[in-house]
Amino acid sequence: MSIDTDTARRVAKLARIKVEEDALPALAQEFSAILGFIEQLEEVDVDGIEPMTSVTPQRLKRRDDVVTDGNQQPAVLKNAPDAREGFFAVPKVVE
Amino acid sequence: MLDLTYEAPKPKVIAGATGDWELVIGLEVHAQVATKAKLFSGASTEFGAEPNSNVAFVDAGMPGMLPVINEGCVAQAVRTGLGLKAEINLWSAFDRKNYFYPDLPQGYQISQLYHPIVGEGEVLVEMGNGTARKVRIERIHLEQDAGKSIHDMDPNMSFVDLNRTGVALMEIVSRPDIRGPEEAAAYVGKLRQIMRYLGTCDGNMQNGNLRADVNVSVCRPGAYEKFMETGDFGHLGTRCELKNMNSMRFIQMAIDFEARRQIAILEDGGEIVQETRLYDADKNETRSMRSKEEAHDYRYFPDPDLLPLEIEQAWVDDIAATLPELPDEKKARFINDFGLSDYDASVLTAEVPNAIYFEEVAEGRDGKLAANWVINELFGRLKKDEKDITESPISAARLGQIVGLIKSEKISGKIAKDVFEIAYTQDRDPEEIVATEGMEQVTDTGAIEAAVDEIIAANPAQVEKAQANPKLAGWFVGQVMKATGGKANPAAVNALVMKKLGL
Repeated sequence: MSIDTDTARRVAKLARIKVEEDALPALAQEFSAILGFIEQLEEVDVDGIEPMTSVTPQRLKRRDDVVTDGNQQPAVLKNAPDAREGFFAVPKVVE
Repeated sequence: MLDLTYEAPKPKVIAGATGDWELVIGLEVHAQVATKAKLFSGASTEFGAEPNSNVAFVDAGMPGMLPVINEGCVAQAVRTGLGLKAEINLWSAFDRKNYFYPDLPQGYQISQLYHPIVGEGEVLVEMGNGTARKVRIERIHLEQDAGKSIHDMDPNMSFVDLNRTGVALMEIVSRPDIRGPEEAAAYVGKLRQIMRYLGTCDGNMQNGNLRADVNVSVCRPGAYEKFMETGDFGHLGTRCELKNMNSMRFIQMAIDFEARRQIAILEDGGEIVQETRLYDADKNETRSMRSKEEAHDYRYFPDPDLLPLEIEQAWVDDIAATLPELPDEKKARFINDFGLSDYDASVLTAEVPNAIYFEEVAEGRDGKLAANWVINELFGRLKKDEKDITESPISAARLGQIVGLIKSEKISGKIAKDVFEIAYTQDRDPEEIVATEGMEQVTDTGAIEAAVDEIIAANPAQVEKAQANPKLAGWFVGQVMKATGGKANPAAVNALVMKKLGL
């Protein structure tokens, strides 16, 4: 599968990564190479083999339903470019 | 156990210019899971806290923070699944749904697209007159809620509060089995009732605790039946999704508007475009929410931060063992054991505290009489005072006493209302009130007889009239009741009056 510059542009936009127009063909080519490698992997017959989700046998770690975190508004807002009255303030997001 | 039989209600039909149309509706209900902490962090889920105070660094999407699942949320999802008679998947997994929005700091929502924790179930939605729609549940999955954006605090800025970010939601997805606006609202109401019985969701729609995305399409009569036979969606019309509805009334109005909009387009020779629309309650219309160029591309993939969620059958069985009696069963029992009407049983089982109160009043007494007193007198009085049943000034034991006093003919139904009022407002014991205030019903025939004789003797003209027209005998009954301060047994008075007048 080969990726064209339009697809590369779209993927960049979806990921909110700014890519200059003249860098797109090279990016598209990289994507194509990656997908080519994946196509190669897909040649391996994995029918009936359970996907491996962990290299060691372990169970998903769980927490009890207890409040152990929060109450740190200043820390949460510390890196925000703009915060007012306890809220993050962002450019208006509705028309 | 459930021996009530129902017929399916008729689908809603809208008459168009070119013939009849039917509605086909499916819902995705987002129910906030009732837990103390969030799905993947230890921050509180409490509503109404200071902005950004219930936020852990995981919720704020800080680099390097890892999600750790709250077992309480998993248990609540399983409990809900069991309550909806659904299949529980012992193996489920989390995926990332990627999109950018200011109230989603991670840049993705953790959800369960490919392997939900709960599979197929069903809900019986009663529509009155012995009809009910069986709505099939397709799946329930666990996912994170997003934060809240406030757009009206500043002309140029949106304000973002992450308190809700990461709170656990159950998305309950129905099959397209719902056939009208009223059914859709009743379905949401039934889900809400079941979850409140289970204690898995508070169901407070005003707080955004329960929200629904509604999928609406229209088709010609007969097309839906073909779809049900074949499972081929090609028989149905193209659907539009109405996002984020949080009121039963708006759900109905939005569906009605949307169906008519689609019919108008189709009858005009146009085509329905599959899209997400927003309902504007002020204008009572739906409008397109997202432009085409931003078509959804969520690029789902398994979340690499989370191992699959594996639960054990024994754990599920433990949860199943703690399920309460659910609304359908409770209602059937009230009808069978207390002889209640369908309607009364529905009212009394709507909320658990109502049912508990009623059962205490009815225990060992006349169930129908108890139901009348709880529904008509108590609920009416509480409504007037804007009080909840849990704040009732009269306890179930005391209302039970009143029901007992009526049944044993110690007081008449009319006097009972006075006793109720005194017990309700003065916090007194009904049996004590009746004794202290001398309100016992007079069943002593001698005393009643004397009163009857007196009134007959004093009103010869009335006697003549009544003898000519027996319907007028009621006047004497009224006079005797008045003379005895309402304490005479009306049936005894009536019998005596008839006898004395020779009727």
